[in-house]
Amino acid sequence: MDTSVNEETRDVRRRNWRDIDLRAVAPFAALILLLILGALVNPNFIGLNNLANVATRSAFIAIIAIGATFVISSGDLDLSVGAMVAFVASLMILFMNSGVIADPALMLTAAVLFAVVAGSLCGLANGLITTVGRIEPFIATLGTMGIYRGLTTWLSQGGAITLKDPALQEIYRPAYFGSILGVPVPIVVILAVTCIAAFILYRTRYGRHVVAVGSNADVARYSGIPVNRVRTIAFVIQGLCVAIAVLLYVPRLGSTSATTGILWELQAITAVVVGGTALKGGAGRVWGTICGAFILELVGNIMLLSNFISEYLIGAIQGTIIIVAMLVQRSLVRKS
Amino acid sequence: MSSQISGAGDGAVVLSARRISKSFNGVQVLFGVDFDLRAGEIHALMGENGAGKSTLVKILSGFEQPTSGDIILDGHPVKLPPNGAAEALGIVIIHQEFNLAEHLTVTESLFLGREVTRFGVLDRKFMRAETRRVLDLLGSHVDENAMISSLSIADKQMVEIAKAISRDARVVFMDEPTAVLSREETNFLFKQVRKLRDQGTSFVFVSHKLDEVMELTDRVTVLRDGQWIKTSPTSILDGESIAQLMVGRELSKLYPAKREPDVDEEIVLSVDAVSTGYVKDVSFEVRKGEILGFSGMIGSGRTELMEAIAGLRSRASGEVIIHGEAVPSGDVHAANRRGLAYMTKDRKSKGLLLNSRMTANLTLQSLENHGKLGYLSPASEAQALERARRRFDIRVRDGNVVAGRMSGGNQQKLLLAKVMETEPEIIIIDEPTRGIDVGTKQQIYHFISALARDGRSIIVVSSEMPEVIGLCTRVAVMREGRIVGMLEGDEISEQEIMRYAAGLKKKAAA
Repeated sequence: MDTSVNEETRDVRRRNWRDIDLRAVAPFAALILLLILGALVNPNFIGLNNLANVATRSAFIAIIAIGATFVISSGDLDLSVGAMVAFVASLMILFMNSGVIADPALMLTAAVLFAVVAGSLCGLANGLITTVGRIEPFIATLGTMGIYRGLTTWLSQGGAITLKDPALQEIYRPAYFGSILGVPVPIVVILAVTCIAAFILYRTRYGRHVVAVGSNADVARYSGIPVNRVRTIAFVIQGLCVAIAVLLYVPRLGSTSATTGILWELQAITAVVVGGTALKGGAGRVWGTICGAFILELVGNIMLLSNFISEYLIGAIQGTIIIVAMLVQRSLVRKS
Repeated sequence: MSSQISGAGDGAVVLSARRISKSFNGVQVLFGVDFDLRAGEIHALMGENGAGKSTLVKILSGFEQPTSGDIILDGHPVKLPPNGAAEALGIVIIHQEFNLAEHLTVTESLFLGREVTRFGVLDRKFMRAETRRVLDLLGSHVDENAMISSLSIADKQMVEIAKAISRDARVVFMDEPTAVLSREETNFLFKQVRKLRDQGTSFVFVSHKLDEVMELTDRVTVLRDGQWIKTSPTSILDGESIAQLMVGRELSKLYPAKREPDVDEEIVLSVDAVSTGYVKDVSFEVRKGEILGFSGMIGSGRTELMEAIAGLRSRASGEVIIHGEAVPSGDVHAANRRGLAYMTKDRKSKGLLLNSRMTANLTLQSLENHGKLGYLSPASEAQALERARRRFDIRVRDGNVVAGRMSGGNQQKLLLAKVMETEPEIIIIDEPTRGIDVGTKQQIYHFISALARDGRSIIVVSSEMPEVIGLCTRVAVMREGRIVGMLEGDEISEQEIMRYAAGLKKKAAA
């Protein structure tokens, strides 16, 4: 009798342990490992200043990757985000340079709204081409990637587009360099965007629909879910996230060029996948994505601070990370 | 254990299981099961869904390893290699869902993974001849050069069997092989199986169809709740006694008492001259509290019609009217809002998210009931699950299990619960009991009957005639996209339905 009771409790305990999804925990474990490794490599690394710096620099990719989490969870893919950053940023600066509104504060507000609308429309275009046009998302966004990039090159005539008005520059600067209660603004923005995204994905009807569509579009359709609308909205959310990243990017340099945001789409997708979201859709992990973005930036930082790996190898290391992350994910799936 | 009486086909034991136990994630599904298979016998493995049949089959074919116990092949304990490598030992499994690549030819399928080469080049001529030889052996007329995608389901089954034979299979596991076959195709399959049995091949036949087990098999082993219950020659059993062994209780009446709706009951659904690509000019009406059956051969257009009514498919012409209000074509949501819900027959690919938990599946179609402004209340969803588990008797050991790991019967109950969460007044149930065991079937029939007594109207589409006859007060028979007969009261019989379904009799639909 005693032994059977023991068996029972052990069974329950084992089950509780199993309830923790290893795939959800793995990216955070990797992050902690990296932090420890970084501290061993260079004591300056673990300093609050350095870490805050890393987090700030990861903001663009992190925020774009949040949008990518929605698109990928719904079973699609958006390759155009890097080009979209350059395009929306160019439009925004050109708008501010046009001087249609004299008052700088008012002008900035209008420009922010303009960028948000522009980003959303770019996303909407991706969504409609994919759903209404019934073109594979890979191909559709490969096309718009070329279009957005090409338009940017044309707008900038191959050079740079620079924010001219010094008054505007002055009031816009804090959006990247400022801080709120000692926390750099980009970090605040990352946290805010992530919290909202997590709420939408886990706690709303729309979020449930995204996962259902990504998991099995037929089941979603038979459950009365408007599949194409759900997918299109995910692309719009992606566009919106790109716009938010642009809002942080423009005050940083006050300028864009045709090469802005090159390969960011790959970094964003890497962050999403490293964060534990399945590339084939059906499971989204917003906090994992943020963790993935940090990991990418941290690796670069550690390489800079250490002396034994050339920083020119950053791309190769990031490429290795995505492959290792997939291998780890797969082995965890097998075990569960 | 001494009740293992020797029966027909007194060959030597080829493959046996000794005290096999198996646990998944700490949940035990097999408890010290014994099983033996003799040379040249057809051995039925019976049990309700979740009884452990599939697990035992997987263990005996190497796809799963037992937690404890021995597998004995030709008198020696063996550890079977995983992932189908046991084929090299002559142990072949024919899966419920075929393992054939659609874009290969029959010959290529047969030799997949063990292509014959001459001087490093594929020896196509030899492989084609060998394929022909095996197909002829089976008496099959399938062309060895045909693409798999061009074959009928029955022919694909035949190719699977040919594949098994060409690998010198001594032990063949067949999991629900007749689920997708017509009666003639089944007869043909059985003929081939008997022929192979007489040549010494052993078969393990997993099926829910009692009549087929009685007809084909030499011995029957019954499992219940992961335990061995009985092994006995088929000849000394009858369908009733097998069913009782499987369920472990007296099967009271399978079907609940029928209740005809009053003639002056309100007409809730009226379908007027609906046509789609295949469905032509179909009209019928359903009254409040009625259970209307739809019978007919597979491919007679029933599912297409129902999907058109439910808005999952657009209509070429015709009207669907619910409570006097027309429903727009191809709009699932509009049909849903007016109280009509369709329950798919394809629970695995169209009904449930197999990687999601029960709650996410249950509320997927009715999320607007669980919170305001798009927000979802976890508490409200948890309550819904609790309610559904009680109401539809969904039995799982772990409430967090993903749908794909549940037994077929529980999945079907969950799917029914999911559809009922939308609180429909008209429910179209396509194949209510496909691939589920007798006990669960009986439960589902009672759920359906209770829903009708509740004042809901139900359309049951089923290929199992006893089901339609046992449940429905009116039966529409479809053939080639049209309703060819509408049977009521005493007219409802297998012969009468068959006559209409086969096109021997025609009657203008009402």
